[in-house]
Amino acid sequence: MTTALLVALGAAVGAAGRHLTNHWLRERFGATPAGGTLAVNLLGSFVLGVLAGAAADGGWLALLGIGFCGAYTTFSTLALELWSAFEDGRRREVVANAALSLALGLPAAYLGIWLAS
Amino acid sequence: MAAPDPRTVAVVAAGGVVGSLGRYAAGLALPHAPGTFPWATFLVNVSGSLAMGLLVAWLVTHPGAHRLARPFVGVGVLGGWTTFSTLAVDTVRLGDGHEQLALLYVAATFVVGILAVGLGSLIGRRTWPDISGAQEDP
Repeated sequence: MTTALLVALGAAVGAAGRHLTNHWLRERFGATPAGGTLAVNLLGSFVLGVLAGAAADGGWLALLGIGFCGAYTTFSTLALELWSAFEDGRRREVVANAALSLALGLPAAYLGIWLAS
Repeated sequence: MAAPDPRTVAVVAAGGVVGSLGRYAAGLALPHAPGTFPWATFLVNVSGSLAMGLLVAWLVTHPGAHRLARPFVGVGVLGGWTTFSTLAVDTVRLGDGHEQLALLYVAATFVVGILAVGLGSLIGRRTWPDISGAQEDP
């Protein structure tokens, strides 16, 4: 029960944080929606990597890992952006967005694990 | 710089709690042993992508929908239900000794997830008649 509450608390902050990050990147730097999604996914993957490397468990993992990082990052919006680009025939954008998400996201997670191990 | 709308932030946070508790429950129902395929994360990401396709089709065919519907469901609930960070960390961990499984996992998530959005969108457009289209072509 306590674990669920910690997940809920982390998720509330993570989801709001994702929205605010996207808002700030758009207003301040004119970032596209796909750019905002990439930014939150990279940052969240790095933070979860740090938690994994530090072998976080129990309450910290529930609050920051399952709750915050899980809600801060998104796969459904990324999949929607990739599908929309594919449907509109913007094939280069599909490849570029998927490649960037993986080519930067996996190293971001790896870097976090490596730094905290 | 325009300030963020506090009501939008509130519904995104509330939706994120709902979606994330669901993902947490899915993780408890389908525990993930190291070196094995992360089924719980795969299934939440694919089902969340299907739901995202349905949501977008619903929004397109319901122009009078509440303006907070998309932030609540799309950013909050589905953003909380699906995750990229766990996908990335699990792939990196699988890559340490189970390279083929890591490759299969990440490729399957992307391919099936993208197709799931398309399927959800297709089902949605067939389920809900396009109101604007019906008016143009009676």
